[in-house]
Amino acid sequence: MLKKMMILAAAGSVLGAFSASAADFYGTLQKIKESGTIVLGHRESSVPFAYVGPDQKPIGYSMDLCMKVVEAVKAELKLDTLNVKYVPVTPQTRIPLIANGNINLECGSTTNNLTRQQQVDFAHTTFITGTKLLVKKASGIKEVEDLKGKSIALAQGTTNERAIKETIAKLGIADVKILNVKDHAEGFLALETDRVDAYSTDHILLFGLISKAKSPADYAVTGRFLSFDPYALMLSRDDSAFRLVVNKTLAGLFRSGEIEPLYTKWFMSPIPGGSALNVPMDETLKTNFMVQAFPE
Amino acid sequence: MGAFDFGAITRALPYLWDGMQLSLLLTGLSAAGSIVLGTILALMRLSGIKPLQWIGATWVNFFRSLPLLLVIFWFYFLVPLIAQRQVDAFQSALVGFVLFEAAYYCEIMRSGIQSISRGQAWAGYALGLRYSQTMRFIVLPQAFRNMLPVLLTQTIILFQDTSLVFVVGLADFMTSAVTVAQRDGRLMELYIFAAAVYFLMCYGASLYVKFLQKKMHQ
Amino acid sequence: MKYNWNWGILFEEPYFGWLVSGIEWTLIVSAIAWIIAFSLGSLVGVARTVNSMPVRAVATAYVELFRNIPLLVQMFIWFYVVPELVPDGLGRWMKRDMPFPEATSAILCLGTYTASRVAEQVRAGIESIPRGQTAAGLAMGLTLAQVYRYLLVPVGYRIIVPPLTSEFLTIFKNSSLALTIGVGEVLMQARQIENYTFQGFEAFTAATLIYVVVTLIVVFAMDRIEKRARIPGYGVQRGQ
Repeated sequence: MLKKMMILAAAGSVLGAFSASAADFYGTLQKIKESGTIVLGHRESSVPFAYVGPDQKPIGYSMDLCMKVVEAVKAELKLDTLNVKYVPVTPQTRIPLIANGNINLECGSTTNNLTRQQQVDFAHTTFITGTKLLVKKASGIKEVEDLKGKSIALAQGTTNERAIKETIAKLGIADVKILNVKDHAEGFLALETDRVDAYSTDHILLFGLISKAKSPADYAVTGRFLSFDPYALMLSRDDSAFRLVVNKTLAGLFRSGEIEPLYTKWFMSPIPGGSALNVPMDETLKTNFMVQAFPE
Repeated sequence: MGAFDFGAITRALPYLWDGMQLSLLLTGLSAAGSIVLGTILALMRLSGIKPLQWIGATWVNFFRSLPLLLVIFWFYFLVPLIAQRQVDAFQSALVGFVLFEAAYYCEIMRSGIQSISRGQAWAGYALGLRYSQTMRFIVLPQAFRNMLPVLLTQTIILFQDTSLVFVVGLADFMTSAVTVAQRDGRLMELYIFAAAVYFLMCYGASLYVKFLQKKMHQ
Repeated sequence: MKYNWNWGILFEEPYFGWLVSGIEWTLIVSAIAWIIAFSLGSLVGVARTVNSMPVRAVATAYVELFRNIPLLVQMFIWFYVVPELVPDGLGRWMKRDMPFPEATSAILCLGTYTASRVAEQVRAGIESIPRGQTAAGLAMGLTLAQVYRYLLVPVGYRIIVPPLTSEFLTIFKNSSLALTIGVGEVLMQARQIENYTFQGFEAFTAATLIYVVVTLIVVFAMDRIEKRARIPGYGVQRGQ
């Protein structure tokens, strides 16, 4: 019975494909066109990629990139108006929400890795970072080895959680207490209130957390890189038409150099609700933008 | 953390008010939906028809053995997958709450219906009313009236339960308070404020229920 | 949507081990919290029935305070706010050196919250005993304390076995809220399995089954105890 239904469904979709004219869209683009709404998932405390600003609206580097994509989608679908709906996501909810189709595009600080590509798809790389530690300067912690007998907060569902746990296991660092937190803001608060000795996530986000701290001078980002984390906007799997619109937008920004003022805005200047991160664009990221500046 | 900073609360009031409106809306819609569904389940449990009784009883026992948090997670991820389209967090939560709370309202309505003497139903049948009419015009209105205080008390609990949507990031009062608390690093102020607001609302409502109960017993 | 079913994942390591440790934490947290809820709840419940006005007022205030604030808010207050309100040294100890700070906070929170509900059951149990029995006890020369000790409390408990069972199950279900402050109980482990494997259906189904099975076992066991404890002629409506 099930088999029959599947054959019918397959036949139906083949017929559908034939009858559809070239101008028709499918997948995410079709859904956006029908509803007149694009749903953006955003993080709430990934400074400066996507976070809740002083007026409670999501802002950040990834949000700006997503808004460029929204413009491109609007043009692609020839729509007069395109509503944007914002859905807050956490490291634990972002992948299920993309996979079940509840959000069209995730604008945050998500590492593109091959395991995740089994469930979701990613656009071009927009930032490159890796796992480091955030500590209070007074604690004297310099490297992951110094965590022996100390405690660290980790955000569940992040690549950093795994990187730290694996490093601890591999190096046999004894007696490290781990506190599970929901997101970066919670992790930073745990450090600020002396609940833990360290918090770990991607180094750029750690600078973001410091920039919003009450006393930034007390904190330091320390240690070597414990993982390689290329960030990308996340979207639904098996939807190359939508991914193309996103990638076209990004390649355009990389090619025209428009990405540079955007970078300066979020990483070199004071940001809403905090001070400047002052992290200049490094060679790897420059090369990344160059390599992904595909011609039209 | 320094001294208690009232400014942290007053600055966030408009945002928190938005959250409270969502909490109240979710409570109202969930209560309405689950009272209707709960009444249907109660009628099934009292119907004397074995399969219906079984469905009603299983529903109630199943949902009452689960934590609400688990139900919220299920529906948050499951509803969009089944519906094959985007379902916003509010709708998912609403579905979850209605199905879950119906199990509790069902038991209230069941004892409410049982509290109406059988003679009343027989009188209805004797007058030539059908089962549905007897229930609609005679039994249910009385059961509902008798159970009103208990139904309201359960709704106060439901209002408290809506705070759990925090785990899926739906911007209710609780989530808004936590967002502000973490953003501004003002945990103490915001959490105590949230506790005070919930307490005043729930305690106030429970006083009203007591007043209602007294009035009914007169 | 495509979904690749893989039920076997639940029995693979480390995921199976995670679930087992989740069950352990859920049971530990529920059991210790229940001990607190039962003892504190009994005290408060008895206090609500005594003649002394100030004692009654304090007990009533306790019950109203704890049952009119959502459990989640209480959880956050125990974990985040209490350590900031107490003297610095103690606060630091609560955050750092107290054994299992997350679980301990969760246990205190669940215990004190459920105590307010247990207190109401205990009070209802005691109040359902006819006043004549107290009078009879006093007439026989027992002191009021002895009347409570030998008559009201033991009889009251036997009457309220069914509602106390459902309160225990409530604590068991409510222990899932401990995940919000980082306790690795069943639901947290299910979510973690989902994070690592993306097999959310299997993980949540496992959690669901665990809750249903434990509930069934408790209900079955308490049913037998209730039959033994029942006093002919007494009864309190289940749940209310």
